[in-house]
Amino acid sequence: MHVEVRGLNKHFGDFHAVKDVNFEITKGHLIGLLGPSGGGKTSILRMLAGLETPDSGEIIFHGQTVNNLPPQERGIGFVFQNYALFKHMTAYENIAFGLKVKKASKAAIRDRVTELVELTGLKGFESRYPHQLSGGQRQRVAFARALAPEPQLLLLDEPFAAIDAKIRQELRSWLRELIERVGITSIFVTHDQDEAIEVADEIMIINQGRVEQKGTPWDIYKEPQTPFVATFIGESTLIENASEVKGFKGAGGGKPTKALIRPEYIEVGSLHEFKMASATEQGIVKHLHFRGSEWLVEVEVNGHKLTTYRSLEKETLQPGQDISVLVHRAYLFNDERSWIQENNLKEDPMPVFI
Amino acid sequence: MRRLWIGITYLVFFLLIIAPLGKMTTGAFSQGFDGFWAALTRPEAQHALLMTGLVVVVVTLLNTLFGVMMALYLVRANWINRRLKGLLNSIVDLPYAVSPVIGGLMIVLLLGPDSALGAIFEGIGLKIVYAFPGMVIATLFVTFPLMVREVMPVLQEIGSQQEEAASTLGARAWTTFWRVTWPSIRWAVMYGVILTVARSLGEFGAVLVVSGNIMNKTQTATTLVYQDVENFNVTAAGGVALVLAAFSIGLLLLMEWTKRRKGVH
Amino acid sequence: MNSLLRHKGWTWGFRSTILLYFVVLIVLPILGVYYNSFSLGFGNFIESISDPIAWKSVLLTLKLAIIATVINVFLGTMIAWVLIRYKFPGKALLNSLVDLPFALPTAVGGLMILLLLGPGSLIGGIVEALGFEIVFHQPAIVIAMIFVTFPFVIRAVQPLLEELDPSEEEAAYTMGAKGGRVFLRVILPSMAPGMIGGGMLAFSRALAEFGAVVLVAGNIPGRTLVSSVFIFGEVESDNPVGAAAVSIILLTLSFAILWLINMLQMRGRRS
Repeated sequence: MHVEVRGLNKHFGDFHAVKDVNFEITKGHLIGLLGPSGGGKTSILRMLAGLETPDSGEIIFHGQTVNNLPPQERGIGFVFQNYALFKHMTAYENIAFGLKVKKASKAAIRDRVTELVELTGLKGFESRYPHQLSGGQRQRVAFARALAPEPQLLLLDEPFAAIDAKIRQELRSWLRELIERVGITSIFVTHDQDEAIEVADEIMIINQGRVEQKGTPWDIYKEPQTPFVATFIGESTLIENASEVKGFKGAGGGKPTKALIRPEYIEVGSLHEFKMASATEQGIVKHLHFRGSEWLVEVEVNGHKLTTYRSLEKETLQPGQDISVLVHRAYLFNDERSWIQENNLKEDPMPVFI
Repeated sequence: MRRLWIGITYLVFFLLIIAPLGKMTTGAFSQGFDGFWAALTRPEAQHALLMTGLVVVVVTLLNTLFGVMMALYLVRANWINRRLKGLLNSIVDLPYAVSPVIGGLMIVLLLGPDSALGAIFEGIGLKIVYAFPGMVIATLFVTFPLMVREVMPVLQEIGSQQEEAASTLGARAWTTFWRVTWPSIRWAVMYGVILTVARSLGEFGAVLVVSGNIMNKTQTATTLVYQDVENFNVTAAGGVALVLAAFSIGLLLLMEWTKRRKGVH
Repeated sequence: MNSLLRHKGWTWGFRSTILLYFVVLIVLPILGVYYNSFSLGFGNFIESISDPIAWKSVLLTLKLAIIATVINVFLGTMIAWVLIRYKFPGKALLNSLVDLPFALPTAVGGLMILLLLGPGSLIGGIVEALGFEIVFHQPAIVIAMIFVTFPFVIRAVQPLLEELDPSEEEAAYTMGAKGGRVFLRVILPSMAPGMIGGGMLAFSRALAEFGAVVLVAGNIPGRTLVSSVFIFGEVESDNPVGAAAVSIILLTLSFAILWLINMLQMRGRRS
């Protein structure tokens, strides 16, 4: 289903939970709404489902405004954070509920439920009650129940929040495959960036009721459009005055400009490891953390603490060691704009034009 | 030390509950079973028991219906402003704080023959005070919080998500209520019903004031007991009281049983 | 509920019916009493109150209700303790019997006390021979009040004792505290909210009690006439304004207690 949202606003009392939100979702895509808790993601999801009424704005499914349609008529499936399984019904009855309500024939219900039970790998658990199922199984029942009436849009509110970290990984890829196989447009809410990056085709970053950025996980990572997105996605160190970083002097044209530096923007090593020695700066290794596949290195440069990774293949560093640091690029921002800038000393000071 | 405490506890129970109950039972049979039977088969006793039964049935039905709806509104309704909800919520408890006699007085003042509303109703031929409707209203007033207060915490505890899930699956309000909400609250409602029956069975003060205690017309079992005592007919009073007590104890047992079932589910 | 609420006409009728029922049944009568007691002017209200029979009945009710409440707090706390901490034969039965005074009609409760202690009964005879009088005197009223409010304190203290972590108590013992000290410092403070809350409920119920009291009190003005019986008498003698005046004193008191209990509960929940 093609979903479009225009100028959506929602207040809870004095609290402006959703502020002028606009977006469009192509049919068949899996979208992640990512952002800190209390940022308005769940409110957006609930308005799409019809569980909450927007104060203003339009929700359009298939080119038709559905603002006045109750949840029963929107053709959506909703998976709740705590699954909200009907606790006095068996897994089978839970999955069959939506079909029974639609007065489908007994045989049709049986066929559809059996199909979903197989699809979700719940065979053998049909007659159990929710309290007799594990967390992962409950979640599968919740998916199956939401999918049973063949909705055109699947909405998932923090689908993995209540699950053990270990099973979560497994369920993520399972969900991704399942949704691909069913081919249903889906939107899920999460506050976990790994989850969003791993599962979603496209991510929308939501903060304080606003959509900060929408794009593929790679686009968002590579080119964050707002300082919030830059800090929220990936790791980074904030430098209050960008000019203090070597190679970024005069950045922002004299205006006070801040810099965000990601670990992978930084290279550390002995001076001879660098081609452009003039662009490096001296620092001291403060701490080394072994991360299994690489070293996490904390260096102090010019009074700033920076973190970066270093391959295990390279010469092992020691805490306290003097070291050269090259900042390849930084994400810069001031009151007016934000942009990504390369280290300007990396250019050969005396270029030879051929 | 331990023995002493247990001993005192038994003593208190014996003096305060068991001895009076036993004394009343023997009192009711002081003139043999025939005396007890005669006290019960008096026409006024039969009428009074019938009246009590009628009040119990009508009040329980109305209070269950409105109590459950009110609990649903107070917990779920988003169309009631938050502050108003808080206010309504605290008003629900007021009948607890009102002496039953005052509860009866209120209805006499509001709907009695001297009041404006009472005159209007009398004009259309409907007598409320000193008649059956007044007794029902008085008992409804007294029993109102019982159902609401039993159902509300359960509704709060189960939360609205299951109901929302049902609505996204296409279920209408009616279906959602019966298939999703009701199974979760039915034991609480059952409990509320038992409490309401017990309270309306035993209501005395409010009914006494509102009914006027007219023999063979508005007299209930409890007000008959009162009248018998006033007439120094203690044996007769004991007979009716014993029947009431037997019902109450039955309800108490039912309540214990329900509590256990409620715990299971 | 959401979708039913969307069928506009239906919904509106339904909602208004429920709210109207609520307002007409609960709010209107209460306002009616306040309105009526002042309907003939404030002077009239004062006159009704300053009738010695009226104010004496209020004072008597307060005095006896306080006595009954204090006794009940002691007895109730002890029984709650025994029923939670000790195992002994008949415990389950006693625990069920606690609720009996709630289940029994109050008139039946009054009759039971009357039969047990009244003139002609064994206990009544003994006590009379000793020169005391119970029935138709103040002690009977106190007993009736204790009887009808018996479950409140027990039921309020029991859950607190159940929740009390035994390790807290053990910790106190390991630190060398003696039994009495542990009781005062650890156990009593955790029971206190129940004792206070249950006690207040019992007090407000004792203030309001009518059925059990009217049968045993004798109702002699100024000596054994409590407020609720006084109100009943005023209604019987067709003086509803006088009844309303005393009523609003009792009502206001009860509402204040109810409000206090709510406040306490809210504070308890926050901490």
